[in-house]
Amino acid sequence: MERFTVHTGRGVPLRRSNVDTDQIIPAVYLKRVTRTGFADGLFAAWRQDPAFVLNQPQYAGADILIAGPDFGTGSSREHAVWALQDYGFKAVLSPRFGDIFRNNALKGGLLAVVLPEAEVERLWAHVEADPTTPITVDLVEREVRYGEVRLPFDIDDYTRWRLMEGLDDIGLTLRHLDDIEAFERRRPSWKPTTVAG
Amino acid sequence: MGETETAVRGRAGVGRTMADKIWEEHVVRRADGEPDLLYIDLHLVHEVTSPQAFDGLRLNGRRVRRPDLTLATEDHNVPTVGIDQPIADPVSRTQVETLRRNCAEFGIRLHPMGDRNQGIVHVIGPQLGLTQPGMTIVCGDSHTSTHGAFGALAFGIGTSEVEHVLATQTLPQYKPKMMAVTVNGTLPPGVTSKDIILALIAKIGTGGGQGHIIEYRGEAIASLSMEARMTICNMSIEAGARAGMIAPDDTTFAYLEGRPHAPSGRAWEQALDYWRSLPSDPDAVFDEEVFLDAGSLSPYVTWGTNPGQGAPLDGVVPDPSTFSDPIERAAAERALQYMDLQPGTPLRAIRVDTVFIGSCTNGRIEDLRAAASILRGRKVADGVRVLVVPGSMAVKEQAEAEGLDEIFRAAGAEWRSAGCSMCLGMNPDQLAPGQRSASTSNRNFEGRQGKGGRTHLVSPLVAAATAVTGHLSAPSDLT
Ligand code: SF4
Repeated sequence: MERFTVHTGRGVPLRRSNVDTDQIIPAVYLKRVTRTGFADGLFAAWRQDPAFVLNQPQYAGADILIAGPDFGTGSSREHAVWALQDYGFKAVLSPRFGDIFRNNALKGGLLAVVLPEAEVERLWAHVEADPTTPITVDLVEREVRYGEVRLPFDIDDYTRWRLMEGLDDIGLTLRHLDDIEAFERRRPSWKPTTVAG
Repeated sequence: MGETETAVRGRAGVGRTMADKIWEEHVVRRADGEPDLLYIDLHLVHEVTSPQAFDGLRLNGRRVRRPDLTLATEDHNVPTVGIDQPIADPVSRTQVETLRRNCAEFGIRLHPMGDRNQGIVHVIGPQLGLTQPGMTIVCGDSHTSTHGAFGALAFGIGTSEVEHVLATQTLPQYKPKMMAVTVNGTLPPGVTSKDIILALIAKIGTGGGQGHIIEYRGEAIASLSMEARMTICNMSIEAGARAGMIAPDDTTFAYLEGRPHAPSGRAWEQALDYWRSLPSDPDAVFDEEVFLDAGSLSPYVTWGTNPGQGAPLDGVVPDPSTFSDPIERAAAERALQYMDLQPGTPLRAIRVDTVFIGSCTNGRIEDLRAAASILRGRKVADGVRVLVVPGSMAVKEQAEAEGLDEIFRAAGAEWRSAGCSMCLGMNPDQLAPGQRSASTSNRNFEGRQGKGGRTHLVSPLVAAATAVTGHLSAPSDLT
């Protein structure tokens, strides 16, 4: 996984709430068995509309998605994160995320940042007025910055460290193999297995 | 339990919730400033969210740590007719074949298409008796919350986490907050657990449970069957919650006893002792509390494009201009445009051309019995296509043994084999653009059942009554 420390880019104002993962990537695009190649499925239904924000030339190449509340609700499909990353997005800002989406995003190095709703509205207005506005997402300082505005955000220390180091969760867990083995020795024997029966 | 727990929880002397208890039982490792490492008792796998996880294992030369705690099934892509034929869609076929190869390579038990135990992942776990109280259960599928109906801690995970569980049988997790939803009173006739959960989501919104595990309790919940409890826990995710749970009780134990993977003999007694210790302590503290009165509920249907946009069937399509919150208003406007509905239209006046009865929300035997009780001796309305898709092959077998298939066929409905089917339209069962369905599934998102398709979420009783009249209806509307 790539390290994430500080990223500066331009924003795409996605003025919609409740953008569920079925909208981010419809089910028909989930049939691939690889991790890449999902960009063409990103917001597939909406992208057919020339007025859709990703089709507007002033936002070409912008890589920070500024979304309304409840972004990424619904299905657990990690393909939603892969599609956003494949398309080029480095961070998503929203007042509220679906829990599983946020988890998936932070596992995979797509920074999902919660900002107050009023600040998201302000940022939308600012970016719409000037799409060239540079926006900085600073994981080190836990802060989003644009113009004179500085917006602190929360992220737990562990996740921040893992993202900054670009570390693989599985490798980290396997360092504690003896704890797992000890736990397995004390697990009740009546717990079911999928084998017998 | 030890000092660590008191220190971590910081609420010494306060009772514990059921989720607290199960969580503590499963902590493999706890360290300051890190998520807890939780042990996973059961990992369910299906073809859509697993291929990249198995690939990751191969790339890193890792094996599946506990194939004996892992179970795979084919559900999302499988066709529900002609299941003795190879899957026609080459991409779906590749995905299913990839799962078969991965399960063979890593030694995982798989129930393939056509197998007696094949079915929707959240239907087969309980049916096999693998879903038991006090367990931690995960699956690369958000509706894993279904299994919480047994008093298990069950939640959906992404593909990277699937890989993590395959490799380590654990997951690093921060503990969610707890929400109690208490449903008191008695459900009126014709009102079901689907209506409880649709009413709850309409009340608290699709973000209402965000960051929480919901525990459902109260006399109306305790009086529900296991099937009905699963329907409620299933849609916890539509309320934004990570998981839903219901305390295990005699109904739970009776359902489990004698199932293939349920403990027996002395082990059953040991298990019972543990299961009886699980319900939340009377003085347990929840971060949020919500109350519903079952007696005031009526059949619920959705009118919009998220599961929170629902209303009693007796109502009308709302007028977005009356919504005070600007974001909600915009969402409602968009939804009505997509759904092609006018404010003020009575919900009963909405005509459908498709009825879907199935899914992990309402594809169990009791749901099929409910639908059949309405369709018995009646005919499906002209021009309405009705798909009845059992949640598993075992449900199919039982329904056929009870003659339900005959009732559905005689009414003019299509009787299918098991799978997710039109719940998400990854297989050929899809709505065409502009078509409108009454569906017993859990998501009414734009295009969920097929591009341009329009979905109204309903209970099996409402779905069956709607099939008869051709417009959204309750059984009480039938003569
Ligand atoms: S029936 Fe629908 S909600 Fe349930 S697992 Fe299948 S696709 Fe998901």
